[in-house]
Amino acid sequence: MDLSELIEIAEHERASRRSIRIRCCTALGCQSAGALSLKQRLEEAATEVERQDIEVIGVGCMGLCGNGPLVMVDPDGVLYEHVRAADAPSIVAALDGGEATAPLGDPQHPFFTGQKRIVLEHSGIIDPERIESYIAAGGYQALYHVLHEMTPADVIDVITRSGLRGRGGAGYPTGLKWATVAKSHGNRKFVVCNADEGDPGAFMDRSIIESDPHKVLEGMAIAAYAVGADQGYVYVRAEYPLAIQRLQKAIAQARRLGVLGAQIFDAGFTFRVDIRVGAGAFVCGEETALMASIEGRRGQPRPRPPYPAESGLWGQPTLINNVETYANIAPIIRHGAEWFASIGTETSKGTKVFALTGKIRHTGLIEVPMGATLRQIVEEMGGGVPDGHVKAVQTGGPSGGCIPATLLDTPVDYESVQRVGSIMGSGGMVVMDDATHMVDVAHFYMEFCKDESCGKCIPCRAGTAQMLHMLDVIRAGQATPADLEQLEQLCLMVKETSLCGLGQSAPNPVLSTLKYFRAEYEALLNHNADRATTEP
Amino acid sequence: MAARTFTINDQLVSGREGETILEAARENGIYIPTLCHLDGVTSVGACRMCLVEIEGSRTLRPACVTQVVEGMVVHTDTERLRNYRRIIIELLFAERNHICAVCVANGHCELQNLAIAIGMDHVRFDYAFPVCEVDISHGRFGIDHNRCVLCTRCVRVCDEVEGVHTWDIAGRGADARVITDMRQPWGESTSCTSCGKCLLACPTGAIFRRGATVSEMERDPTKIAFIVAARDQRW
Repeated sequence: MDLSELIEIAEHERASRRSIRIRCCTALGCQSAGALSLKQRLEEAATEVERQDIEVIGVGCMGLCGNGPLVMVDPDGVLYEHVRAADAPSIVAALDGGEATAPLGDPQHPFFTGQKRIVLEHSGIIDPERIESYIAAGGYQALYHVLHEMTPADVIDVITRSGLRGRGGAGYPTGLKWATVAKSHGNRKFVVCNADEGDPGAFMDRSIIESDPHKVLEGMAIAAYAVGADQGYVYVRAEYPLAIQRLQKAIAQARRLGVLGAQIFDAGFTFRVDIRVGAGAFVCGEETALMASIEGRRGQPRPRPPYPAESGLWGQPTLINNVETYANIAPIIRHGAEWFASIGTETSKGTKVFALTGKIRHTGLIEVPMGATLRQIVEEMGGGVPDGHVKAVQTGGPSGGCIPATLLDTPVDYESVQRVGSIMGSGGMVVMDDATHMVDVAHFYMEFCKDESCGKCIPCRAGTAQMLHMLDVIRAGQATPADLEQLEQLCLMVKETSLCGLGQSAPNPVLSTLKYFRAEYEALLNHNADRATTEP
Repeated sequence: MAARTFTINDQLVSGREGETILEAARENGIYIPTLCHLDGVTSVGACRMCLVEIEGSRTLRPACVTQVVEGMVVHTDTERLRNYRRIIIELLFAERNHICAVCVANGHCELQNLAIAIGMDHVRFDYAFPVCEVDISHGRFGIDHNRCVLCTRCVRVCDEVEGVHTWDIAGRGADARVITDMRQPWGESTSCTSCGKCLLACPTGAIFRRGATVSEMERDPTKIAFIVAARDQRW
C-alpha cells in the first residue's frame, strides 16, 4: 500500500457514487427505532422505480437521535424525521415531485447550524462499514503523511502545540502525556483506547465508533508511531454490541488493506490493534482498573503513581486516551496545530461532543467549540425544556454536578465548569426541569456509585453505602439538621480519601446539589425526628 | 542505596531510597495507623488509614505505597487525618456486624485496637446489619463474613507467600466477599493446603481457628514477615 493506491481507492469510490444519495442512519439509536427495516424498504423502493442515479447508503449518527430514524437525501439536503418503513416508497417518489409521508426536519435549525464538526465530521455522511468510504473522505492520509514525513518528535510537537486535552473528562494535556510515554523506557509499549463509556446519559464514544471507527483507529496508529508502540487495545464495554461489531469489521478491513498490521505504508512501522470487551463494571473506565481488566485480572484500581505512562500494561509504558481524543488526532495532523488551537478558548482548545438528554426538546449528539455557553447548547440548540423551564443541567455523569439555571451563561470549558462545582466529564449533559427534585437526583447518582464501587477502598465502598442510606433517611423525612451536617462531612471525607476517581468524585452530585439547592434538602428535615426509630 | 533525609511531623528523619513513608516512619519510631498493610506481602493502599499529608501535594497519600523523597515534608497526625481515620473505622463498624463482646478475636483484634487508639467511643452512623454467612465447612478453620473488613490480607498471603491463591474477592462494593476457589465452601476447596497463613494474616475475627471461643483467637502476624525473610535469605 502506498499513497497512489490510497488515492486510487478514494477516486474510485467517489467516481462510483450516484448523483442522488439517500442516507439512512444506522447507528444504534435509529436501529432501535427500526432503521434497518427502513433502509431495506428504501433500497427496495429505489430498485422499483428503476432509476440508476439513486443509491441508498447506511451511515452513522446524524445527531438528532430523539427524532430518529433519520433520513437525509443529497444533494438537496432534505431531512426526514421519525421515518417509518412504510414511508420509504413516498420518500423515493418525492424525488419525482411526489409528497413524502414522513415529517420534514429542518437542517437549518440551530441544532445543526450551531455545531462545529471535527470529531463528527464524517458522522452521518460516510458508511462506517466500508473502509473505502472513509478513504474517499481523506482517511488514512494523515497516517501516511505522519509515517513518511514526520518524526515521532514532530508528531508530539504538533499535538502539544494544538492544545488538545484529554476528552475522557480530566482534561490532561494530550501532548504532554504522549511525550511522557515516548520518553519512558520499556521492552514494549502499548496504546490503549478507553471506550468503556459508562456515565448515565452519555453516548458520545459509542456514536463515534459506530459512525466512524476508522478515524479512531487512525488516531491510535498515529499515537503508536509517536510514542513507539506496536500494539493497541480498544477497551469497549459489552453493552455496545454494534460498536464492537463495526470496530471488528474496521480492523479486519484496515488489516486487509495494510493500513494496520506489519510494515504499514512500507514505512517500517508495525501496529496491531485488538479489542477487549468489558464485562459490565463502570470502574473499568478508570485507567488502572482498565489495564488490570485487559491483563485478565479483577478490574479494580491501584494507587498511582506509578502512572500508566511509566508502568502500565504488564509493567510497560502505556498510553491511554479516550475515543474522542483519538478522533481529534487525524484532523489535527491534516489541518495543523494552529488551526486546532484557533478554535475554542484560551485553555481549552478545539471542540467537544455532548450528549444532550433529559427534559429537552432535541435529544441527541452535538459538537460545539469549547467556550460555548450552556445556554447556547441547552436553549438554542437543544430547544430548551418542552412546556417548562430549565432547572439545572447535570454534566459529567456521576462524577459531575448539577449546574443551576442561574449559571446557564457559564462557558463550557474545563476550568469554567469546574469553577461552578461540576466537571466537563466525558460529555453527558442531562437537562432537568422544575418537576425534578434535586434530592432525588443526588440519590439516583449515589445509588449508581454505590452499585459500581469496586469495594477495594473503605471510603468508597462503605462511604457510598452510608451516604445513600443517609439520603434515604432524608427523603423519608426522618433526618435532623445534624444528619445533614454529617452527610456533608462524610462527602468531604470520601472525596479526599478514596483511592480512585470513582470514589473521589462520588460525592459530587450531593455536594453540588447541596451548594445550589440546599433549601430542597432543608425542607425535608424533621427537627423533632427520633433517629433511634430509623431502621437502616 | 542512597539515603534520603526528610521531615515527618517537624522531626528530621532519614530513610533509604525506594523505601515507603510507612517504613521510614516506623524505623524512626513514628506511629502511622494501618489496617490492610501486612509486613511480608505487597501493599495495596486500600484501607486509607495510613493516609498522610505531604506539603505541596494536592491529595492525601497512602504512606504504605508512597516512596520517600529528599526534603519532603510529611504530616501524619493532623486534625483532618484524625477525623478521617475515625470516620473510616466507624464506617467499618457500621458496615458489617462487629460485636466485640462475642467475638473470638476480642482483645486481639486490629480493628478493635485501632478504634481504641483513635478514641472511637461510639459510631455516629446507622448500622447496616447485613446478613452475612459463616462458613465452617473446613475441618480446622472457619470464615465469618460478619467480621470481614475486606483488607485482602488473606488473599495476598495465600497468593504471594503460600503460592496457592485459594482466596480471592467476588462481587463488588458492599456485596464484595472473600471467597475460596470458585466460591465453593472452604472445606470443598481443592487448592487449599490448610497452611493457616490466612489465619495469621487476618486482622479481625473473620478467619478463625475452629473451637476457639470468645477472646481466644491470639495470632502473630509477624510470622508472615519471618517466613518471607527466612525464604529470601536462603535463596
